[in-house]
Amino acid sequence: MGVAIEVEHLNAWFGSTQALKDISMHIAANHATAIIGPSGCGKSTYVRCLNRMHETVPGARAEGRVRIGDLNIYNGTSATQVRRRVGMVFQKPNPFPTYSIYDNVAAGLKLNGFRDRRRLDEIVERSLRQAALWDEVRDDLRKKSGSSLSGGQQQRLCIARALAVQPQVLLMDEPASALDPISTGKIEELIFQLKENYTIVIVTHNMQQASRVAEFTGFFLLGELIEFDRTEKIFTNPADKRTEDYITGRFG
Amino acid sequence: MSDPTVRPAMPTVSLLRRMIDGLATAVAAGSVLLVLLPLIAIFGYLVYKGFGALNWTFLTQTPKPVGEAGGGMANAIGGSMLILGIASILGVPLGIGAGIYLAEYGRGHFGDLIRFTADVLNGVPSIVIGIVGYSIIVLTQKHFSALAGGVALAIMMVPTITRATEEMLLLVPIQVREAAYGLGVARWRTTISITLRTATSGVITGVMLAFARIAGETAPLLFTAFGNQYWNWRINQPTAALPLQIFTYAISPFDEWHRQAWAGALILIVLIVVAVTAVRIAAARGMVKGVI
Repeated sequence: MGVAIEVEHLNAWFGSTQALKDISMHIAANHATAIIGPSGCGKSTYVRCLNRMHETVPGARAEGRVRIGDLNIYNGTSATQVRRRVGMVFQKPNPFPTYSIYDNVAAGLKLNGFRDRRRLDEIVERSLRQAALWDEVRDDLRKKSGSSLSGGQQQRLCIARALAVQPQVLLMDEPASALDPISTGKIEELIFQLKENYTIVIVTHNMQQASRVAEFTGFFLLGELIEFDRTEKIFTNPADKRTEDYITGRFG
Repeated sequence: MSDPTVRPAMPTVSLLRRMIDGLATAVAAGSVLLVLLPLIAIFGYLVYKGFGALNWTFLTQTPKPVGEAGGGMANAIGGSMLILGIASILGVPLGIGAGIYLAEYGRGHFGDLIRFTADVLNGVPSIVIGIVGYSIIVLTQKHFSALAGGVALAIMMVPTITRATEEMLLLVPIQVREAAYGLGVARWRTTISITLRTATSGVITGVMLAFARIAGETAPLLFTAFGNQYWNWRINQPTAALPLQIFTYAISPFDEWHRQAWAGALILIVLIVVAVTAVRIAAARGMVKGVI
Protein backbone atom coordinates (compact mmCIF):
# COMPACT_ATOMS: atom_id res chain seq x y z
CA MET A 1 0.00 0.00 0.00
CA GLY A 2 1.09 3.55 -0.58
CA VAL A 3 2.01 5.85 2.25
CA ALA A 4 1.75 9.60 2.68
CA ILE A 5 4.77 11.87 2.27
CA GLU A 6 5.34 14.76 4.64
CA VAL A 7 7.78 17.40 3.43
CA GLU A 8 8.77 20.19 5.83
CA HIS A 9 11.14 23.08 5.12
CA LEU A 10 13.08 21.28 2.42
CA ASN A 11 16.01 23.21 0.94
CA ALA A 12 18.38 21.93 -1.74
CA TRP A 13 21.56 23.24 -3.30
CA PHE A 14 23.85 22.55 -6.24
CA GLY A 15 27.15 23.88 -4.92
CA SER A 16 26.31 27.41 -3.84
CA THR A 17 23.19 27.72 -5.99
CA GLN A 18 19.98 27.15 -4.08
CA ALA A 19 17.64 25.03 -6.20
CA LEU A 20 14.79 24.55 -3.72
CA LYS A 21 13.64 27.10 -1.18
CA ASP A 22 11.76 26.05 1.94
CA ILE A 23 9.34 23.58 0.42
CA SER A 24 6.60 22.14 2.63
CA MET A 25 4.00 19.80 1.19
CA HIS A 26 1.72 17.01 2.28
CA ILE A 27 1.45 14.33 -0.40
CA ALA A 28 -1.57 12.08 0.09
CA ALA A 29 -1.25 8.31 0.13
CA ASN A 30 -2.62 6.36 -2.85
CA HIS A 31 -3.17 9.41 -4.97
CA ALA A 32 -1.23 10.92 -7.85
CA THR A 33 0.33 14.30 -7.25
CA ALA A 34 1.61 16.27 -10.22
CA ILE A 35 4.52 18.71 -10.06
CA ILE A 36 4.39 21.36 -12.78
CA GLY A 37 6.39 24.45 -13.62
CA PRO A 38 8.70 25.89 -16.26
CA SER A 39 12.13 24.41 -17.06
CA GLY A 40 14.69 24.94 -14.34
CA CYS A 41 12.11 25.60 -11.61
CA GLY A 42 13.30 22.72 -9.43
CA LYS A 43 10.67 20.06 -10.26
CA SER A 44 13.16 17.31 -10.92
CA THR A 45 15.38 18.35 -8.02
CA TYR A 46 12.32 18.17 -5.78
CA VAL A 47 11.38 14.60 -6.61
CA ARG A 48 15.04 13.59 -6.51
CA CYS A 49 15.10 14.84 -2.92
CA LEU A 50 12.27 12.44 -2.07
CA ASN A 51 14.46 9.38 -2.63
CA ARG A 52 17.83 10.98 -1.90
CA MET A 53 18.95 10.80 -5.54
CA HIS A 54 19.75 14.51 -5.41
CA GLU A 55 22.86 13.88 -3.34
CA THR A 56 24.41 11.60 -6.01
CA VAL A 57 25.28 14.71 -8.02
CA PRO A 58 28.74 15.96 -6.98
CA GLY A 59 28.41 19.09 -4.81
CA ALA A 60 24.67 18.72 -4.29
CA ARG A 61 23.04 18.64 -0.84
CA ALA A 62 19.63 18.89 0.76
CA GLU A 63 18.31 19.89 4.19
CA GLY A 64 14.95 19.60 5.84
CA ARG A 65 12.53 16.93 6.97
CA VAL A 66 11.00 14.40 4.62
CA ARG A 67 8.92 11.60 6.09
CA ILE A 68 7.82 8.73 3.90
CA GLY A 69 5.29 6.78 5.93
CA ASP A 70 7.05 6.37 9.24
CA LEU A 71 10.56 6.75 7.79
CA ASN A 72 12.39 10.03 8.24
CA ILE A 73 14.59 9.78 5.15
CA TYR A 74 17.18 12.43 6.03
CA ASN A 75 17.75 11.21 9.56
CA GLY A 76 18.96 7.86 10.81
CA THR A 77 18.63 5.85 7.62
CA SER A 78 20.73 5.09 4.56
CA ALA A 79 20.05 6.27 1.03
CA THR A 80 19.81 2.68 -0.22
CA GLN A 81 17.12 1.90 2.39
CA VAL A 82 15.14 4.92 1.26
CA ARG A 83 15.39 4.01 -2.42
CA ARG A 84 14.10 0.52 -1.82
CA ARG A 85 10.90 2.10 -0.49
CA VAL A 86 10.67 4.81 -3.11
CA GLY A 87 10.79 3.65 -6.72
CA MET A 88 11.77 6.00 -9.51
CA VAL A 89 10.99 6.19 -13.21
CA PHE A 90 13.17 8.56 -15.23
CA GLN A 91 12.53 10.90 -18.13
CA LYS A 92 14.38 8.77 -20.67
CA PRO A 93 13.78 5.03 -20.56
CA ASN A 94 16.98 3.56 -19.08
CA PRO A 95 16.87 -0.23 -19.08
CA PHE A 96 20.14 -1.99 -18.26
CA PRO A 97 21.44 -2.54 -21.80
CA THR A 98 23.20 -5.87 -21.29
CA TYR A 99 20.42 -7.44 -19.19
CA SER A 100 17.58 -9.54 -20.55
CA ILE A 101 14.01 -8.37 -20.00
CA TYR A 102 13.73 -10.78 -17.07
CA ASP A 103 16.97 -9.63 -15.46
CA ASN A 104 16.00 -5.98 -15.89
CA VAL A 105 12.86 -6.55 -13.83
CA ALA A 106 14.62 -8.81 -11.34
CA ALA A 107 17.68 -6.54 -11.03
CA GLY A 108 16.58 -4.60 -7.95
CA LEU A 109 15.97 -7.81 -6.02
CA LYS A 110 18.89 -9.84 -7.36
CA LEU A 111 21.43 -7.07 -6.85
CA ASN A 112 20.24 -6.70 -3.28
CA GLY A 113 20.88 -10.35 -2.61
CA PHE A 114 17.44 -11.90 -3.24
CA ARG A 115 18.01 -15.41 -4.60
CA ASP A 116 14.72 -17.36 -4.39
CA ARG A 117 14.19 -18.28 -8.05
CA ARG A 118 10.56 -19.31 -7.85
CA ARG A 119 9.61 -16.14 -5.99
CA LEU A 120 11.62 -14.13 -8.53
CA ASP A 121 9.66 -15.71 -11.40
CA GLU A 122 6.40 -14.74 -9.71
CA ILE A 123 7.52 -11.20 -8.95
CA VAL A 124 8.81 -10.63 -12.48
CA GLU A 125 5.50 -11.78 -13.97
CA ARG A 126 3.41 -9.78 -11.52
CA SER A 127 5.49 -6.62 -12.08
CA LEU A 128 5.30 -6.94 -15.86
CA ARG A 129 1.55 -7.46 -15.63
CA GLN A 130 1.20 -4.39 -13.41
CA ALA A 131 3.19 -2.41 -15.97
CA ALA A 132 0.92 -3.73 -18.78
CA LEU A 133 3.89 -5.24 -20.60
CA TRP A 134 3.53 -8.95 -19.82
CA ASP A 135 1.57 -9.93 -22.92
CA GLU A 136 4.05 -8.22 -25.22
CA VAL A 137 7.21 -9.79 -23.78
CA ARG A 138 6.17 -13.07 -22.14
CA ASP A 139 7.78 -15.17 -24.89
CA ASP A 140 11.11 -13.32 -24.97
CA LEU A 141 11.76 -12.77 -21.27
CA ARG A 142 15.26 -14.20 -21.34
CA LYS A 143 15.92 -14.08 -25.08
CA LYS A 144 15.70 -10.35 -25.68
CA SER A 145 17.65 -7.58 -24.02
CA GLY A 146 15.83 -4.67 -22.41
CA SER A 147 17.22 -2.25 -24.96
CA SER A 148 15.76 -4.19 -27.90
CA LEU A 149 12.24 -3.05 -26.98
CA SER A 150 10.55 0.05 -28.40
CA GLY A 151 10.78 3.31 -26.44
CA GLY A 152 7.31 2.98 -24.95
CA GLN A 153 7.89 -0.65 -24.02
CA GLN A 154 11.24 0.27 -22.47
CA GLN A 155 9.55 2.83 -20.26
CA ARG A 156 6.97 0.28 -19.12
CA LEU A 157 9.86 -2.12 -18.48
CA CYS A 158 11.44 0.55 -16.28
CA ILE A 159 8.13 0.90 -14.42
CA ALA A 160 8.00 -2.89 -13.93
CA ARG A 161 11.59 -2.80 -12.70
CA ALA A 162 10.71 -0.12 -10.15
CA LEU A 163 7.58 -2.03 -9.03
CA ALA A 164 9.46 -5.31 -8.55
CA VAL A 165 11.15 -4.12 -5.37
CA GLN A 166 7.65 -3.40 -3.96
CA PRO A 167 8.06 0.27 -3.13
CA GLN A 168 5.46 2.34 -1.27
CA VAL A 169 5.95 5.40 -3.42
CA LEU A 170 6.61 5.77 -7.14
CA LEU A 171 8.35 8.92 -8.36
CA MET A 172 8.01 9.64 -12.07
CA ASP A 173 10.19 12.33 -13.59
CA GLU A 174 8.49 13.29 -16.86
CA PRO A 175 7.93 9.61 -17.66
CA ALA A 176 6.19 10.22 -20.99
CA SER A 177 8.06 13.21 -22.37
CA ALA A 178 10.21 11.05 -24.65
CA LEU A 179 7.27 8.96 -25.88
CA ASP A 180 4.72 9.14 -28.69
CA PRO A 181 1.03 9.86 -27.90
CA ILE A 182 -0.03 6.19 -27.91
CA SER A 183 2.71 5.16 -25.50
CA THR A 184 1.95 8.23 -23.40
CA GLY A 185 -1.69 7.13 -23.22
CA LYS A 186 -0.64 3.71 -21.98
CA ILE A 187 1.58 5.19 -19.29
CA GLU A 188 -1.24 7.47 -18.12
CA GLU A 189 -3.67 4.56 -17.98
CA LEU A 190 -1.09 2.74 -15.93
CA ILE A 191 -0.79 5.59 -13.46
CA PHE A 192 -4.53 5.30 -12.85
CA GLN A 193 -4.25 1.62 -11.95
CA LEU A 194 -1.06 2.02 -9.92
CA LYS A 195 -2.66 4.60 -7.66
CA GLU A 196 -4.56 1.81 -5.93
CA ASN A 197 -1.35 0.41 -4.52
CA TYR A 198 1.17 3.20 -4.61
CA THR A 199 1.54 6.87 -3.85
CA ILE A 200 2.58 8.54 -7.09
CA VAL A 201 4.43 11.78 -7.61
CA ILE A 202 4.74 12.75 -11.27
CA VAL A 203 6.74 15.60 -12.71
CA THR A 204 5.32 16.79 -15.98
CA HIS A 205 5.75 19.52 -18.53
CA ASN A 206 2.39 18.77 -19.94
CA MET A 207 -0.47 20.49 -18.13
CA GLN A 208 -3.15 18.37 -19.81
CA GLN A 209 -1.34 15.34 -18.49
CA ALA A 210 -1.33 16.75 -14.97
CA SER A 211 -5.06 17.42 -15.14
CA ARG A 212 -5.73 13.94 -16.55
CA VAL A 213 -3.82 11.84 -14.05
CA ALA A 214 -3.37 13.77 -10.82
CA GLU A 215 -5.74 14.63 -7.96
CA PHE A 216 -3.29 17.20 -6.59
CA THR A 217 -0.96 19.57 -8.35
CA GLY A 218 1.93 21.69 -7.11
CA PHE A 219 3.23 24.62 -9.14
CA PHE A 220 6.93 25.40 -8.80
CA LEU A 221 8.68 28.58 -9.90
CA LEU A 222 12.35 29.45 -9.38
CA GLY A 223 12.77 26.87 -6.65
CA GLU A 224 9.68 27.84 -4.70
CA LEU A 225 6.39 26.06 -4.30
CA ILE A 226 3.99 28.78 -5.40
CA GLU A 227 0.73 26.93 -5.04
CA PHE A 228 -0.37 23.46 -4.07
CA ASP A 229 -3.98 22.36 -4.18
CA ARG A 230 -6.49 20.03 -5.76
CA THR A 231 -5.76 19.79 -9.47
CA GLU A 232 -9.10 21.22 -10.60
CA LYS A 233 -8.64 24.19 -8.30
CA ILE A 234 -5.17 24.87 -9.72
CA PHE A 235 -6.41 24.72 -13.28
CA THR A 236 -9.76 26.47 -12.88
CA ASN A 237 -9.34 28.92 -10.06
CA PRO A 238 -5.72 29.40 -9.02
CA ALA A 239 -5.10 31.57 -5.98
CA ASP A 240 -1.82 33.01 -7.18
CA LYS A 241 -1.40 35.30 -10.17
CA ARG A 242 1.84 33.53 -11.19
CA THR A 243 0.07 30.16 -11.33
CA GLU A 244 -2.64 31.66 -13.51
CA ASP A 245 -0.05 33.22 -15.83
CA TYR A 246 1.68 29.89 -16.22
CA ILE A 247 -1.38 27.71 -16.83
CA THR A 248 -2.83 30.19 -19.27
CA GLY A 249 0.42 30.06 -21.21
CA ARG A 250 1.63 33.56 -20.53
CA PHE A 251 5.12 32.21 -19.84
CA GLY A 252 7.03 28.93 -19.46
CA MET B 1 -3.59 24.58 -54.43
CA SER B 2 -0.45 22.67 -55.17
CA ASP B 3 -0.57 19.24 -56.68
CA PRO B 4 0.90 16.84 -54.12
CA THR B 5 2.18 14.52 -56.83
CA VAL B 6 4.46 17.17 -58.29
CA ARG B 7 7.65 17.20 -56.32
CA PRO B 8 9.91 20.22 -56.36
CA ALA B 9 12.64 19.72 -58.94
CA MET B 10 15.88 18.55 -57.39
CA PRO B 11 18.65 21.01 -58.10
CA THR B 12 21.23 19.36 -60.32
CA VAL B 13 24.45 18.62 -58.48
CA SER B 14 27.26 20.55 -60.04
CA LEU B 15 30.17 18.75 -61.69
CA LEU B 16 32.60 20.32 -59.23
CA ARG B 17 30.68 18.97 -56.24
CA ARG B 18 30.54 15.51 -57.73
CA MET B 19 34.28 15.61 -58.41
CA ILE B 20 35.06 16.67 -54.83
CA ASP B 21 32.79 13.92 -53.56
CA GLY B 22 34.56 11.32 -55.71
CA LEU B 23 37.95 12.61 -54.64
CA ALA B 24 37.10 12.43 -50.92
CA THR B 25 35.85 8.86 -51.30
CA ALA B 26 38.99 7.89 -53.21
CA VAL B 27 41.27 9.43 -50.56
CA ALA B 28 39.43 7.57 -47.77
CA ALA B 29 39.56 4.27 -49.64
CA GLY B 30 43.23 4.82 -50.46
CA SER B 31 44.02 5.43 -46.79
CA VAL B 32 42.37 2.16 -45.84
CA LEU B 33 44.49 0.35 -48.41
CA LEU B 34 47.67 2.05 -47.19
CA VAL B 35 46.89 1.00 -43.63
CA LEU B 36 46.07 -2.59 -44.56
CA LEU B 37 48.97 -3.04 -46.95
CA PRO B 38 51.81 -3.34 -44.38
CA LEU B 39 49.69 -5.70 -42.30
CA ILE B 40 48.97 -7.98 -45.23
CA ALA B 41 52.57 -7.71 -46.43
CA ILE B 42 54.02 -8.64 -43.05
CA PHE B 43 51.71 -11.57 -42.55
CA GLY B 44 52.21 -12.77 -46.12
CA TYR B 45 55.97 -12.55 -45.82
CA LEU B 46 55.89 -14.42 -42.50
CA VAL B 47 53.89 -17.23 -44.02
CA TYR B 48 56.18 -17.29 -47.05
CA LYS B 49 59.38 -17.41 -44.98
CA GLY B 50 58.21 -19.31 -41.95
CA PHE B 51 55.72 -21.86 -43.16
CA GLY B 52 58.45 -24.04 -44.69
CA ALA B 53 60.21 -24.50 -41.35
CA LEU B 54 56.98 -25.33 -39.55
CA ASN B 55 56.55 -29.00 -38.77
CA TRP B 56 55.63 -31.29 -35.92
CA THR B 57 59.22 -31.33 -34.61
CA PHE B 58 59.26 -27.54 -34.42
CA LEU B 59 56.16 -27.57 -32.26
CA THR B 60 57.18 -30.44 -29.97
CA GLN B 61 60.99 -30.36 -29.58
CA THR B 62 63.39 -28.14 -27.69
CA PRO B 63 66.26 -26.44 -29.58
CA LYS B 64 69.17 -28.60 -30.77
CA PRO B 65 72.79 -27.54 -30.07
CA VAL B 66 74.53 -25.43 -32.71
CA GLY B 67 75.36 -27.44 -35.78
CA GLU B 68 72.73 -30.13 -35.32
CA ALA B 69 69.75 -29.97 -37.65
CA GLY B 70 66.14 -30.15 -36.42
CA GLY B 71 64.91 -29.14 -33.04
CA GLY B 72 62.09 -26.74 -32.33
CA MET B 73 60.67 -24.05 -30.11
CA ALA B 74 58.22 -26.03 -28.00
CA ASN B 75 59.79 -24.84 -24.76
CA ALA B 76 59.65 -21.23 -25.97
CA ILE B 77 55.96 -21.58 -26.86
CA GLY B 78 55.25 -23.06 -23.43
CA GLY B 79 57.46 -20.46 -21.75
CA SER B 80 55.68 -17.60 -23.51
CA MET B 81 52.33 -18.96 -22.34
CA LEU B 82 53.65 -19.22 -18.77
CA ILE B 83 55.07 -15.68 -18.75
CA LEU B 84 51.99 -14.19 -20.45
CA GLY B 85 49.80 -16.08 -17.97
CA ILE B 86 51.68 -14.59 -15.02
CA ALA B 87 51.57 -11.13 -16.59
CA SER B 88 47.80 -11.39 -17.20
CA ILE B 89 47.01 -12.70 -13.72
CA LEU B 90 48.90 -9.76 -12.21
CA GLY B 91 48.18 -7.04 -14.76
CA VAL B 92 44.53 -7.51 -15.78
CA PRO B 93 42.89 -7.24 -12.31
CA LEU B 94 45.20 -4.40 -11.32
CA GLY B 95 44.56 -2.50 -14.55
CA ILE B 96 40.79 -2.97 -14.43
CA GLY B 97 40.72 -2.07 -10.73
CA ALA B 98 42.66 1.13 -11.33
CA GLY B 99 40.40 1.95 -14.29
CA ILE B 100 37.30 1.52 -12.10
CA TYR B 101 38.83 3.80 -9.49
CA LEU B 102 39.58 6.51 -12.06
CA ALA B 103 36.16 6.36 -13.69
CA GLU B 104 34.01 6.08 -10.56
CA TYR B 105 35.96 7.77 -7.78
CA GLY B 106 39.04 9.50 -9.20
CA ARG B 107 37.71 13.04 -9.57
CA GLY B 108 40.30 14.96 -7.54
CA HIS B 109 44.02 15.60 -7.71
CA PHE B 110 44.86 12.04 -6.72
CA GLY B 111 42.93 10.76 -9.75
CA ASP B 112 44.73 13.22 -12.02
CA LEU B 113 48.05 12.05 -10.59
CA ILE B 114 47.23 8.40 -11.35
CA ARG B 115 46.04 9.32 -14.83
CA PHE B 116 49.26 11.23 -15.51
CA THR B 117 51.38 8.41 -14.10
CA ALA B 118 49.60 5.85 -16.25
CA ASP B 119 50.16 7.94 -19.38
CA VAL B 120 53.84 8.37 -18.59
CA LEU B 121 54.21 4.67 -17.81
CA ASN B 122 52.64 3.92 -21.17
CA GLY B 123 55.44 5.86 -22.83
CA VAL B 124 58.35 4.35 -20.88
CA PRO B 125 60.60 2.34 -23.25
CA SER B 126 60.15 -1.39 -22.69
CA ILE B 127 63.87 -1.91 -22.05
CA VAL B 128 63.60 0.38 -19.03
CA ILE B 129 60.75 -1.74 -17.70
CA GLY B 130 63.00 -4.77 -18.17
CA ILE B 131 65.62 -3.08 -15.98
CA VAL B 132 62.98 -2.44 -13.32
CA GLY B 133 62.03 -6.13 -13.34
CA TYR B 134 65.72 -6.98 -13.19
CA SER B 135 66.42 -4.79 -10.18
CA ILE B 136 63.34 -5.60 -8.10
CA ILE B 137 63.08 -9.33 -8.75
CA VAL B 138 66.16 -10.79 -10.43
CA LEU B 139 68.62 -9.01 -8.13
CA THR B 140 66.72 -9.83 -4.95
CA GLN B 141 66.10 -13.46 -5.95
CA LYS B 142 69.59 -13.84 -7.37
CA HIS B 143 68.39 -15.53 -10.56
CA PHE B 144 66.46 -14.91 -13.72
CA SER B 145 62.90 -16.20 -13.69
CA ALA B 146 59.56 -16.44 -15.46
CA LEU B 147 58.11 -14.46 -12.57
CA ALA B 148 60.45 -11.54 -13.24
CA GLY B 149 59.46 -11.62 -16.92
CA GLY B 150 55.79 -11.80 -16.00
CA VAL B 151 56.07 -8.84 -13.63
CA ALA B 152 57.89 -6.74 -16.24
CA LEU B 153 55.17 -7.49 -18.83
CA ALA B 154 52.41 -6.88 -16.26
CA ILE B 155 53.85 -3.40 -15.63
CA MET B 156 53.53 -2.78 -19.36
CA MET B 157 49.93 -4.01 -19.47
CA VAL B 158 48.57 -2.01 -16.56
CA PRO B 159 48.51 1.54 -17.97
CA THR B 160 46.87 0.45 -21.26
CA ILE B 161 44.17 -1.55 -19.46
CA THR B 162 43.64 1.19 -16.87
CA ARG B 163 43.02 3.94 -19.38
CA ALA B 164 40.89 1.73 -21.65
CA THR B 165 38.75 0.60 -18.70
CA GLU B 166 38.32 4.17 -17.50
CA GLU B 167 37.24 5.39 -20.93
CA MET B 168 34.83 2.51 -21.46
CA LEU B 169 33.21 3.01 -18.03
CA LEU B 170 32.82 6.72 -18.65
CA LEU B 171 30.92 5.89 -21.85
CA VAL B 172 28.20 4.18 -19.79
CA PRO B 173 25.46 6.83 -19.47
CA ILE B 174 24.87 8.28 -16.01
CA GLN B 175 21.18 7.36 -16.46
CA VAL B 176 22.06 3.66 -16.35
CA ARG B 177 23.87 4.11 -13.03
CA GLU B 178 20.98 6.21 -11.70
CA ALA B 179 18.53 3.45 -12.59
CA ALA B 180 20.47 1.13 -10.29
CA TYR B 181 20.82 3.70 -7.49
CA GLY B 182 17.09 4.32 -7.77
CA LEU B 183 16.45 0.64 -6.99
CA GLY B 184 18.41 0.92 -3.77
CA VAL B 185 21.44 -0.90 -5.19
CA ALA B 186 24.66 0.01 -3.37
CA ARG B 187 27.29 1.94 -5.25
CA TRP B 188 29.97 -0.78 -5.35
CA ARG B 189 27.38 -3.27 -6.54
CA THR B 190 26.24 -0.89 -9.27
CA THR B 191 29.84 -0.44 -10.40
CA ILE B 192 30.47 -4.17 -10.71
CA SER B 193 27.12 -5.53 -11.86
CA ILE B 194 25.82 -2.64 -13.94
CA THR B 195 28.55 -0.27 -15.09
CA LEU B 196 31.33 -2.80 -15.64
CA ARG B 197 28.86 -5.28 -17.15
CA THR B 198 27.61 -2.67 -19.60
CA ALA B 199 31.19 -1.81 -20.60
CA THR B 200 32.42 -5.43 -20.75
CA SER B 201 33.09 -5.66 -24.47
CA GLY B 202 35.06 -2.41 -24.52
CA VAL B 203 37.10 -3.42 -21.49
CA ILE B 204 37.89 -6.76 -23.13
CA THR B 205 39.10 -4.93 -26.22
CA GLY B 206 41.47 -2.91 -24.03
CA VAL B 207 42.75 -6.04 -22.29
CA MET B 208 43.30 -7.79 -25.61
CA LEU B 209 45.19 -4.81 -27.03
CA ALA B 210 47.47 -4.81 -24.01
CA PHE B 211 47.91 -8.58 -24.24
CA ALA B 212 48.77 -8.50 -27.93
CA ARG B 213 51.25 -5.72 -27.30
CA ILE B 214 53.18 -7.49 -24.53
CA ALA B 215 53.07 -10.89 -26.25
CA GLY B 216 55.65 -9.71 -28.76
CA GLU B 217 57.85 -7.77 -26.34
CA THR B 218 61.47 -8.89 -26.31
CA ALA B 219 63.39 -6.18 -24.48
CA PRO B 220 61.77 -6.56 -21.03
CA LEU B 221 62.45 -10.32 -21.14
CA LEU B 222 66.16 -10.10 -22.03
CA PHE B 223 67.28 -9.74 -18.43
CA THR B 224 64.22 -11.01 -16.58
CA ALA B 225 63.07 -14.31 -18.09
CA PHE B 226 66.45 -14.54 -19.82
CA GLY B 227 65.65 -17.55 -22.00
CA ASN B 228 66.32 -21.25 -21.63
CA GLN B 229 67.31 -24.09 -23.98
CA TYR B 230 65.19 -26.56 -22.06
CA TRP B 231 61.68 -27.01 -20.75
CA ASN B 232 60.84 -25.12 -17.61
CA TRP B 233 57.51 -24.75 -15.85
CA ARG B 234 58.78 -23.39 -12.56
CA ILE B 235 58.14 -19.69 -12.16
CA ASN B 236 61.41 -19.06 -10.30
CA GLN B 237 63.66 -20.42 -13.06
CA PRO B 238 64.97 -18.86 -16.28
CA THR B 239 62.37 -19.49 -18.96
CA ALA B 240 62.36 -19.51 -22.74
CA ALA B 241 59.99 -17.18 -24.59
CA LEU B 242 59.13 -16.93 -28.28
CA PRO B 243 60.29 -13.33 -28.80
CA LEU B 244 63.62 -14.11 -27.08
CA GLN B 245 64.12 -17.24 -29.13
CA ILE B 246 63.28 -15.39 -32.34
CA PHE B 247 65.73 -12.65 -31.40
CA THR B 248 68.54 -15.12 -30.62
CA TYR B 249 67.97 -17.11 -33.81
CA ALA B 250 67.53 -14.11 -36.06
CA ILE B 251 70.91 -12.57 -35.16
CA SER B 252 72.70 -15.95 -35.42
CA PRO B 253 74.83 -16.77 -38.47
CA PHE B 254 73.00 -20.02 -39.30
CA ASP B 255 70.46 -20.39 -42.11
CA GLU B 256 68.64 -23.17 -40.25
CA TRP B 257 68.12 -20.87 -37.27
CA HIS B 258 66.96 -18.03 -39.52
CA ARG B 259 64.25 -20.28 -40.93
CA GLN B 260 63.23 -21.28 -37.40
CA ALA B 261 63.13 -17.61 -36.38
CA TRP B 262 60.64 -16.95 -39.20
CA ALA B 263 58.55 -19.93 -38.15
CA GLY B 264 58.67 -18.73 -34.54
CA ALA B 265 57.43 -15.29 -35.58
CA LEU B 266 54.58 -16.89 -37.53
CA ILE B 267 53.62 -19.02 -34.49
CA LEU B 268 53.73 -15.96 -32.23
CA ILE B 269 51.27 -14.08 -34.43
CA VAL B 270 49.01 -17.09 -34.77
CA LEU B 271 49.01 -17.55 -30.98
CA ILE B 272 48.03 -13.93 -30.43
CA VAL B 273 45.24 -14.16 -33.01
CA VAL B 274 43.97 -17.41 -31.45
CA ALA B 275 44.04 -15.96 -27.93
CA VAL B 276 42.23 -12.76 -28.93
CA THR B 277 39.62 -14.66 -30.96
CA ALA B 278 39.02 -17.17 -28.17
CA VAL B 279 38.41 -14.43 -25.61
CA ARG B 280 36.07 -12.62 -28.03
CA ILE B 281 34.02 -15.74 -28.64
CA ALA B 282 33.90 -16.51 -24.92
CA ALA B 283 32.75 -12.96 -24.22
CA ALA B 284 30.10 -13.11 -26.96
CA ARG B 285 28.73 -16.35 -25.51
CA GLY B 286 28.43 -14.60 -22.17
CA MET B 287 31.03 -16.68 -20.37
CA VAL B 288 32.72 -13.60 -18.97
CA LYS B 289 29.51 -12.22 -17.52
CA GLY B 290 29.75 -10.65 -14.12
CA VAL B 291 27.67 -11.98 -11.28
CA ILE B 292 24.34 -10.23 -11.50
